This record gives sequence, structure tokens and C-alpha cells, in this order.
Amino acid sequence: MTIVQIDKENWESSIKKLFGAYRLFGPVKEADFHNFKQLEAGQLPDLSCLNTRLSPKSIIYPQTEVMFKYTLDENEEDHHILKEVDKDYSPQAVMGIRPCDAKAFELVRLNFDSPDYKDPYWLNAYTATTLVGLACESPCKTCFCTTAGCGPYHEEALDVLLIDHGDQYWAKVLSDKGDAFVTAAGWTDAVDEQPAIKEIETKKKTAEDKISAFVKTDNLRQVDTNELYNAKFWEEVSFSCINCGTCTYVCPTCWCFDIQDENRGSQGCRIRNWDSCMYPLFTLHGSGHNPRGTKLHRVRQRFMHKLKYYVDKYDAGIQCVGCGRCVRLCPVNIDIRRVCGYMNGHVASAEACEV
Amino acid sequence: MLGYIDKIKEVSKRLLEEGQVEMVIGFRKGTLSMMNEPHFARTPAEVQNFVWDSNCGINLCNYLTNRTEKIGILAKGCDSRNIVTHIIENKIKRDQIVIIGVPCKGMIDRRKMSSLFEGEIDDVIEDEHNITVKGAGFEKILNKKDVLQQNCAVCIHRNPVIYDERVADLVDEQTDIDRYADVREIEALSAQEKAAYFEKLLEPCIRCYACRNACPLCYCPTCFTDESRPQWVGKGQDTTDVSTFHFLRAYHCAGRCTDCGACERSCPVGINMRVFTKKLEKDCLELFGWEAGLDPDVRPPLDTYKPGDPDDFIK
Amino acid sequence: MGGIVLNPYLPYPVRIDNISIETEDKNLKTFRFVFLNPEDEEKFSYHAGQFAELSVTGKGEIPIGIASSPTEKGYVMFTVNKVGLVSSYLHAMKEGDIMGVRGPLGNWYPWEQMEGKNVVLVGGGFAFTTLRSSIVYMLDPANRSKFKDIHVIYGARTPGMLMYWDELIEWEKRDDINMHITVDGTDDPKWKYNTGFVPTITEQKAPPGGQDTFAVVCGPPIMIKFTQPVLDKLGYSDDHIIMSLENRMKCGIGMCGRCNIGKEFVCKDGPVFTLKEISETPREF
Repeated sequence: MTIVQIDKENWESSIKKLFGAYRLFGPVKEADFHNFKQLEAGQLPDLSCLNTRLSPKSIIYPQTEVMFKYTLDENEEDHHILKEVDKDYSPQAVMGIRPCDAKAFELVRLNFDSPDYKDPYWLNAYTATTLVGLACESPCKTCFCTTAGCGPYHEEALDVLLIDHGDQYWAKVLSDKGDAFVTAAGWTDAVDEQPAIKEIETKKKTAEDKISAFVKTDNLRQVDTNELYNAKFWEEVSFSCINCGTCTYVCPTCWCFDIQDENRGSQGCRIRNWDSCMYPLFTLHGSGHNPRGTKLHRVRQRFMHKLKYYVDKYDAGIQCVGCGRCVRLCPVNIDIRRVCGYMNGHVASAEACEV
Repeated sequence: MLGYIDKIKEVSKRLLEEGQVEMVIGFRKGTLSMMNEPHFARTPAEVQNFVWDSNCGINLCNYLTNRTEKIGILAKGCDSRNIVTHIIENKIKRDQIVIIGVPCKGMIDRRKMSSLFEGEIDDVIEDEHNITVKGAGFEKILNKKDVLQQNCAVCIHRNPVIYDERVADLVDEQTDIDRYADVREIEALSAQEKAAYFEKLLEPCIRCYACRNACPLCYCPTCFTDESRPQWVGKGQDTTDVSTFHFLRAYHCAGRCTDCGACERSCPVGINMRVFTKKLEKDCLELFGWEAGLDPDVRPPLDTYKPGDPDDFIK
Repeated sequence: MGGIVLNPYLPYPVRIDNISIETEDKNLKTFRFVFLNPEDEEKFSYHAGQFAELSVTGKGEIPIGIASSPTEKGYVMFTVNKVGLVSSYLHAMKEGDIMGVRGPLGNWYPWEQMEGKNVVLVGGGFAFTTLRSSIVYMLDPANRSKFKDIHVIYGARTPGMLMYWDELIEWEKRDDINMHITVDGTDDPKWKYNTGFVPTITEQKAPPGGQDTFAVVCGPPIMIKFTQPVLDKLGYSDDHIIMSLENRMKCGIGMCGRCNIGKEFVCKDGPVFTLKEISETPREF
């Protein structure tokens, strides 16, 4: 493990070197907020950003993605046969990603990279990606990463961790990919490691101490699935929900999708789009029957998935990194921290709701 | 408006105690600054959770859809107009609801507030006219009037138009308001300029449908966006599909929208989609002298025919 | 193609080889597909109880149980109910048309566990497809000796709604399988089989439960609901009652997130579950 220092006055020139080697993504301010965008040659990632409005998941998992193309023209030899499309899986790097958003890719990976099946689109893009994180110095009031298996300096899913150090950045190299990135940028000026590690520890502690929101998850595994499913609090939790897809679309760990065929004349493609468990159509049977036919069912599914089913299925903690986006952006202020509290604190009782 | 809460609790409690309603729909305090959450009380004790301040911008009429209980509901001017629309459209019976009227002086635009400050806003404290905003390294007092939701700033129906109970004296309605300045600006653009304007406006859309779902008018059992036979609109991020969704949705609200602003307030990516519904609101006003949701006994212009209806648009 | 891994979303191209109408209302048709690339047939190696995604190019995919048996070579067969966009379009397609089949997907009936045991198949309506596959599989000369008594209780609303009629009659005549065909009602005086709902006939005809007997139940929710108490009464334990579930699906490989019951995906962890397993999840199907 190496830690290199970059003088901020050399920052711009070193970033410019990276454009040859990577497709670079970073936070860019548009109108009132930041989002991750592909940077144009010479454009710098805006590292002053607290966090982006949308998560960076679309860099690896676009909201709409072409899977196959086909022709319906029977004069063509391969008509009605699906064909793979060319994709750009050349190296790309996400600069300024927060440790929570990076960790989210690890959680999502359990879905797309299973022992039985590999999702080629997600996996190829993920493999091509170098995650250059930026440690959080000022977490938001809605951040609860430290109790969601993550933290402002969490290194788990990163290739490089950048730390703001006055008129320098420090870059802590965390993987081979990270090593290649640092080399491409020409960041070679290693710092004296032991004191640096000590200082980073101190800064990490300071940042963690600023986190003011917490969840308790210690009981989620033990509590019985059906008990939780039938708990009475779901009516209160789901009442205000309008069943929009905001929470699921802004969430870095939500991965559900839909597959659609779209035709233009005799040519077409099979595409996949993000989908949301909040939508009735998500589970509607052809017969008209809907196993999650009410908003209570759908709200419950979202929280049960993140905080119970995922926990039980993978033994990798909750399917949440505490980024707080769903809390901040829910139009009606449904707060996963509150719901997690209800779920974790649930005690079996005779009061079950009949839905 | 801050003084309303005691009366709101008192009325809600009484309605529940007397068995006039089975539930009252109001707001409870949110977990974030500038946010309250739509909430219900089924027992007199539960009304203690209710709050009222300038962060109650969500339209509560949305929560009446398909409910079968006898319901007490808090209603600002706009909420009450949507309740009227629900009555007109047979979505709810007048005698199923007890409307608790809440005269309104406008709701705070939390998006605008956030954009005024670099850092995160920690706390917002309001009195009758001012709000004090506190955050990391700043504290500022703002005039509430300057940070109202845009629809509230141009609202001319602040008082509930229909109610059974009222929690305060009526407030003065705003006069001399130019309600359609923004619409006129867009009307003045050429077709190409309009297309470019709309494309830019809708570019951030992630199709979460928060605008549709926050809207009390959007109660169709199956929205046209979800139909598969025929499939009216693609489900991806193609700009044609995104704009088709917004345009069609707006047209479905023509003559029905009360400009409550719930769509815009709910949008996670800050799209000002009210420009569409306001254009249609303006047309309805100019062509038919119609404002939605003012009287449960008058049929709306788009489901009535009068020989004198304007027909200049038929070439 | 820049992929580093095989693409599980890519269907095998197939040609519609034969289409037959199964029921009098013409809402059920059986499609026989032949793989365009003969080597794909080997890759598509399946067990009775699995399903596949039928890919109608330009319309989309639908998950359908495999109705042919692994012992039948040269083609795969699916019986499709006409309900939605894709199935309606498929019903209008003709022999010779090109489309795709993606699979096989999901788990299958627990054949190894059922070896040496009595097997009772209970089916209703159009959910009989994978049971047809199972019957053909068990009756294959290479397999019949692996199982003890075989009972089949199969019901539909009317005689004309029973699928695979010719085969049903053939199986009726055999002495190594006990067929109990039933209809809800009929005014056909020549009807010589049972009349009554599936749960009732099950109560009358099914052998008692026990360690040596498995029941495999496939049918509409209402049939399942009323058959379950009957099997309880007959002494079937919940880990000897096998069910095949249906839910809306897209990916078929446990990734798109919609078909779960609790933490289990119907498409990948199922569609076959024991009643015991189902009871441990929220019943969202």
C-alpha cells in the first residue's frame, strides 16, 4: 500500500494526463446540484461537491441500456435472431466517488455476479472501472454510513482513496487498478507512510464523529420474516407513500430492471431499463392478479428487501450504505432510518395486520 | 399559520371522538428541515402528532383516492379545490368527508432555499413573516414571501373554497398578481425554440413518476404510461418518450389542475413541469373563463358543450 | 462482442415446427420448436419442471413451463395461454416463423428424492404443462421402474378444456399409471370420467400420504388453496407436498428483482418449492 501526495497546483495537469488512458467521470454541477457526468477533455471533477443528487450507479448500470439488436425484415438472412451489440468496455475511472457509493457496487455485485449466472453488461462495465474515491470531511445530516457497514473513509470498494490535505491531495492506493491509475496520472511522490497513516486515522475519526444519524441493524437477522412481514407498523410507514420511484432510482444499491423490445420500422433492439418495486406494474400478472397489489405491499417489499431478505440471503449486512439520498429526496419524507428502527426493534406480538 | 395547530388538533380530536370520521388526514413533523409527512390519526390520542407550518406543501387530496372510510381532511385552498374536482369526477362522495379548512399563506420552496446556501441547512425556524435559516457556518433571516413555492407566490385561492370546519379566519387573497408571466415567455418562442426549451427542461427526468403520483388528479387505475396494449409510450430514457410522458400527463390535467405545485415539489431532479399545466390552465381561463375546483356543482369545460364555445382552433 | 462472460440473456434461435390448438376456447396452443443450430439442443438440457423464456422478437419474452419431456428428442414444446402482449402475438404466429427460447431456467421437481416413491400429480386448468412433461418422463421405459405407484388427478372446467386429450386417453388405458381425469361439470352424457373439482377428486382418489409418497401440485391459486387441506387430511407432510409457482418475471435468472417471495426468487430458487419452504416466506404469488 502506497500513499502519494499531489500538490493541488499540479492537480489540473495530472488529470489531463488521465484522459488518454481512461474515460473519466466525476461530479459536475448542473443548475442547483451535482451529478456524475463523463468529463470532457480537460474538464475537472468538482471535488467541492458534498454528494451528487443521483448516485453514480448509472456509470456502470445505465438507466436505459441496449442488450441486443435484431431485424424483423424477413428479406434479411438473420431476421428475428437477436444479436449482441458492440459496447465500449475500455478503461473508465470514476473520480470523487464517495466511499458509500463505491461500497454500493460491492453490494449490487452479489446480485449481478452470482455463482449461477453472470450479468455481462454490469460485470463488464464494473471490471472496466477504477473507483477513485474522495474521503468525506463533512458528512450530511442525513448520512448514516457508519452504522450501515460503511463510513466517510471506508476503503472496501475503492481502488484509490483521495484525502484532502490542505494544499495537497493524498492518494492512498488500494488495488492494482488503483496503482495503474496513480501511475497514469504521474502521481509518484510517496509520503512517509507511518505518520501519514496516523494522520489519516485521526482525520477519519474526526469525520466519523461528525455523523449524527444512526441505524440499528443487530436484530434484523434474528427476527422472523413472516412476523416482520405481518407487523402492524407497515400501515403507518406506507400511508404517505405516493409509490413513485424516487427512492429506488436515487439509491446506489437498488438494481431492479425491466426488459423491453423497442422497434423502429423493421429494426429493433431489446433494451433494459431501471424498474422499481414501487410500481404496481412491476409484479402484475398477465391474468390481472397482482401479488403486491397495494401500496403497503410495495413499500414493505422495498424495506424488507433491503433490510431483511438481502440480509438473510447474502449474509453481507443490509442492502444500504447510508448515503441518505432516499431520505433527502423522498417527496413525502419517508425515512429509512425510522423504518429500520421499527424493523430492528420489532417484537413478535399478536397485533398483525391483515393485508 | 403557526397558531393553527391547536385548533387543528382540537377539531380533529372532536371529529374522532364524536365518531363523525374514522380517520383524519394531516401532517406529522418530518425528519428533515422543511419537510412534513402526510399522516393520519385514527384515535383522538393520535392527533397529538399533527403539525402545521409552511412545510405542508404536499396535496392531501391525493390521499383520498379509493379510500372507503369516513375521513376528516385538512385542506388548504389548493387541496380543497382538488377535493371539489374529486367530487365532480365521482372519485369521492361529499358526505364521506369532513373538510377541515386551513387558510394558507403559502408554502416554503425547499429547493429554492437549498440553492440559496452553499452548505447544508440544519434548521429552519419560522414566525409569521420571517424564517431563520441555520446551517454550517451561516445564519440568515429571510422574508417568507421571498422563498415561497412559485405556485404559492402567484396563488389567488389561498382560502379553502369548500369546508365543514375552519381552523382560522380567512386570509386576504392576493390581488394584482401576474400569474402567467412565465407561460407568456414560452408562448413567445418559436416552435424550434420551444422544442429546445422543453428538451432542456426535461433532460434531467429519471421517470420516477413522482410528479404524476403526487398529483391528486392522476388516479387512473392504469396510467397510459403503463399500458402495454397498445403501448403508447416507450419506457426508456429516449427524449421522445420522456417528453411524451410529460406532455400527455399535462393534457390529462387540462381544466382540472389547480396549480397546487405538488408535482414540482416532489420532483427529485428539480424539473419545473408546472409550465405545461399552467399553459393549459391559462388556456382554460382565457377560452372558457374556467378555473378548476371552485364549485362542485359546475361541470368542467372539457366535459360540456356550449354553442358559444370558442372554435378558432378548428381550421 | 466485447463480453468476457457468456450472455445469459441471449436466446437460442428456434423455428416454430408445429402449432396445435389444445382447448375448445382456442386460448391454449402448443408450440413445438426446433433449434436452428442443432448443437443448441444439447445445451438446452433440461429436467421436468423447469421453464424457459420464450422470446418473441420485437415483442418481448414470457416465462413458460416446458411441456415436453427430456426424453423426447428433436424438439422442445410449450403450451401457451393467450393473456398478454407477447402470448397474444405468439398465438398469431405460424409454423416456420423464427423466434427464440432462453433457458432452461429454474429448478425442477425433486426427481432424485422421488425415486422409489409413490408420486401423485395434481393439476388443474392450463397449469398441467410441466406435469405432462413429468408423466412422459416417468413413463419412459428407462425411468418407469424408478418410481412406485403413479397417480394423476387432472381437472378442467369442461371436457373441451382438458389439454393433451389424446395422451390422456392413452395413459388412461395403461396399467402402470392411475389416471383420474375430472371436469367441473358437463352435459355430455357420454362423459365416462370423473365430475367434480380437483380437491374433491383428490380426496376420493389420492393414496394416503406418508414418507413414501410425494404430491406435486400445479394449478390456479384457488385450486391450490382448497387442495392443500385435503392433502393435510390425507396425511401428507408439508415437505412432501411440492408446488410450482408462477410470478411475473423478466430476467429468469434471479437478477431483475420482481418475482421474489421473501428472499427466494421464483425464477431461480424456484419455481418448484415444497409447501414447507413456501410457508416460511410471505406468500406473494
